[in-house]
Order: sequence, then structure tokens, then C-alpha cells
Amino acid sequence: MADNSDNKVKPPERQYPDPAAKLKKDPPTTGHSWDGIEEYDNPMPRWWVWIFIITIVWSLGYWVAYPAWPGIQRATSGVLGYSSRADVAAEISEFEARNEQFFVQLVETDLDGIHDDDELQRFAVNAGASVFRAQCSQCHGTGGAGVQAAGFPNLLNDEWLWGGTMEDIHETIRYGIRNEDYADARWSEMPAFGRDGILSEEEIDETVHFVLSLSDADHDADLAAAGAEHYEMNCASCHGDGGEGDYFIGAPALNTQVWLYGGSYDAIFESIYYSRFGVMPGFAGRLRDAEIRAVAAYVHQLGGGQ
Amino acid sequence: MGILDHHKKIETHATLLLVLSFLVVTIGGIVQIVPLFYLDNTIEEVEGMRPYSPLEIKGREIYLREGCYNCHSQMIRPLRDEVERYGHYSLAAESMYDHPFQWGSKRTGPDLARLGGRYSDDWHVQHMIAPQSVVPESIMPSYGFMMNRELTRQDAEHVRDIMRVYRTLGHPYTDEMMELAVEDFFAQADEFADPVDERYPGAQQRVFDGQEGVVTEMDAIIAYMQMLGTLVDFDTFVPDASR
Repeated sequence: MADNSDNKVKPPERQYPDPAAKLKKDPPTTGHSWDGIEEYDNPMPRWWVWIFIITIVWSLGYWVAYPAWPGIQRATSGVLGYSSRADVAAEISEFEARNEQFFVQLVETDLDGIHDDDELQRFAVNAGASVFRAQCSQCHGTGGAGVQAAGFPNLLNDEWLWGGTMEDIHETIRYGIRNEDYADARWSEMPAFGRDGILSEEEIDETVHFVLSLSDADHDADLAAAGAEHYEMNCASCHGDGGEGDYFIGAPALNTQVWLYGGSYDAIFESIYYSRFGVMPGFAGRLRDAEIRAVAAYVHQLGGGQ
Repeated sequence: MGILDHHKKIETHATLLLVLSFLVVTIGGIVQIVPLFYLDNTIEEVEGMRPYSPLEIKGREIYLREGCYNCHSQMIRPLRDEVERYGHYSLAAESMYDHPFQWGSKRTGPDLARLGGRYSDDWHVQHMIAPQSVVPESIMPSYGFMMNRELTRQDAEHVRDIMRVYRTLGHPYTDEMMELAVEDFFAQADEFADPVDERYPGAQQRVFDGQEGVVTEMDAIIAYMQMLGTLVDFDTFVPDASR
């Protein structure tokens, strides 16, 4: 209080530790001096040096054991004979050997007989499911529900385009639909009634109303009555008088609520005007016979098998 | 410690350090890279590999432009689960006309090395426009704009320039291929045009995107995708396990 003249708080004087004081003894310097700055020559940590040495020793063993050094013709192959290709081939053949008896049985058993053998059916459904997930799920959905209104058929219901018996499903998977790879592929083509000028837009409009009436959807009764005549002339030969469809030529049923490309007025109008041409690849060349039969068994038991 | 004393000379002499570093890296590079050019077992000879057709090159350019490789690999590893899901493991020869290769480094989406022929063109169009409509769990963005991007003669000429570069890199494009590059570019998207598979065996030729009379980026990308992994004739391929 007495001395007020200098009331500023003085910062304490800093004490900088001498880095060298921490060390037990002064380590040697590297001898480098850059503008007066010198560099200590501390030893590397022991654990680090040992790991470094061990990795070098390890690599010597690795060179001998595994493929490593390039030669004139090929690289050294290593005494362990490691080969990723041989490994995968061996692993695949091991699993195939385990499945072989079932695969043989699947091919030998009559398609409709697979269901009668519980063990075989269980194998077929599981094997088929795994093939389905890899090969079929992209279009038909992981669970087989297809993609509504996009032309990828639902396999869970009992509506079929080309038939839902084991025989039918098997043949569809084997040769596909509307592809040129197989002469036996399912093939049918509906005319593009509008684009090709077979029916006028007005006539198509009337026909759409008649088609809507087949499944009791909302429609204009007068237009539908007019459309009945066009239907009779142009559509009934394939889709049936009452729209019941025909498995033999892949004509979809029109008298149900199940629609492949959508059951709205617009979707049906587009189907008649431009026609549709959904395709499916054949799997005869991609999957072995037993796998195709397994997928058929899987699809057949999804809910709609006949 | 005589050597260490000499090391000081290198450390204090920037140019010498640079020259010697370069020498060390060169030796390392030679040891790693040069054998790949002469070893018989680096690239095995397979039937069916051919350089890409002009429209496929355009598709590949789009594949690169859109960064498809960020989520999709083109490399089926020799592992049982991959071989069973995607098909035969990839061969080095299948990347021989890729500059740069498209092996990729991560898979957010599936591997595409054997995509060709696995889906219909319609599926691809639908999937590019709205991926979730066919694969609900997908997080792929929409590429529907490709439907509206018409390819012009300029695009075709650009592809011909790319072919010229490829040719200097050793791709076996013949004079005839170079001459007809622009024609082939458009012909491949029209099944009624002159067949391009005379020059590019196995090339698929049709309207890929469903839009008649106009060649779009969608045509190109689908033409490319439908070719992926289909060129090698695996009927004549005998794997050498030691490779």
C-alpha cells in the first residue's frame, strides 16, 4: 500500500528448462552444424531396431517359401507351392464334391419328383435360393417380388405368363424369354397397335376401357362396350375372350388385379399403343443343369407353383 | 565408420543427394517393373480379347467421367465366394486394353468385371434412370440424364483421336478400323447398319437405350457394360495354376 507508484503486476520471470539437463548424460551430436544448430545423435529405440531386424530376417524366409523373385522365364514359385488360383480351384472342387451327390440326384430325378424327396427338396431350395440371389434377384427382387409396373414379374403369386409348373419354370429359366441365344427361348410378340397404325387412338381408348372392365377396374361402360368389338377382333385370340390369358403363348391374363406393366389407364394405353417386349436371358450356358433345376424348385415353392 | 563419414558428403551436397536418390529409385523401379514386361507368366494369352469398339470406348470414357470406379471394381479375385457370385476370376489379359485399368479399390456397389449379358438393356436403362426402382437397397445416384445427351459426330471424332493414341500405345487397331471409326461409332447403336462385329468380334449391335434414331450417352454406357467380361473365350482357356 505504501508504494503505489508501481502497481503493475510483474510477470514472473520464466524458467526455460535446459533440454540437455533431462538427459542422463550428454549424448554425442551428429557433428552437423546448420547455422549453429546442432543435432543430437540419440540411438533408435531398442524395440524399434529389433522389429526392423526381425522383418528383414522374416523376408528372407518369405522369399524362399512364397513366389518372389523374377527370373528369366518366370518368377520363383516358392517351396510351399502357394498359388491363389490352385487354392480357389481346390476350394471350389471341395465344395462341389460335397454337393455332388445332390447335384447328380437333382439331374437324375424327374422334375416333379424333386418335391417328393424331403432331403433333396431342402437341398434344391437352399441351393436354388443362393443361385437366385446371385443371378435372378436383380430383376425379380431379393425375395422374388419383382418390380411392380416395371415389367419384372412377381414370382410370389400364382399368376404366370408362361406357366407355373416345375416343367414350365424350368424351361423358362433354361432358355429365357425373347432372346436369340436359344432357339427354344420363349417367344411371343404383341403387335404395337398404335405405333403400327392397326388401331386408331380412339379405338385404343375404347379397348383400354374394355380391358379395365375385365378386372372390374374403374371404366366408362359406353366406351368399354365399343371396345369389346376391337378386343374381340384383335386381342381375344391370344388373351382369351374373357381375358384369361394363355400360358402356351405367354399371353398375360387381363382379368386379374395383377399387372406386369401397371394396371392404370395410362399404362394399359401404352402397352396397347407401343406393345411390350420384356426379355429374360437363358441360363443353359451359364449355370449347370443341376443349378437350373434347383432354381426351378426354389421358385416353384415361393408361393405360386402349380 | 568410414562409410558413414562419406555419407556426410551426400547429406551436405544437394545435387549429389538428388542424383543418388534418383539412382536408388530407378533400381527399385527396374526390379519391380521390368520383369512384368518379359516374364511369360505375367500376361497369359487368351482367345477373344480385342481392342474396344468406338462406341465401347465412349462408354468407357463416360464410366471414367462419372467416377463409376469409385464404387465399382472390375476385378474378380480368385476367392471362392467371388468366383461363385461374379464368375470366373479376372485375368490380366482382360485389362490389356484398359488405360488406365479399372480394377478399382473399393466396392460400394458390386463388381462389374463380368457384367456383360447379365442384365437386359431395358434393365440397365431402368436402373440408370432410377436405381432404387430395381434394387431398393441401392444408394446409387440416378444417371437418367444420359438418355438426353445425344452423341454427335464430334464425339465420334474425339473417340477416333483416342483410338489414335491407343494405337501408339500398341493396341492393334488396323487402318480399316481407324478409317471406319466414326461410322462404326454410330453403326453399333443400330442393328440394321453395317455390322461392326466384322472388325470387333463379339461386339453387340442394337439400339441399347430404346430410343430409335438417336445415339445417346446411354447407348454408349450400355454398349460398354454389355461387353464387360464377355470377350475372353473361357471354353479354350486352360488356367495355369502356377500363375
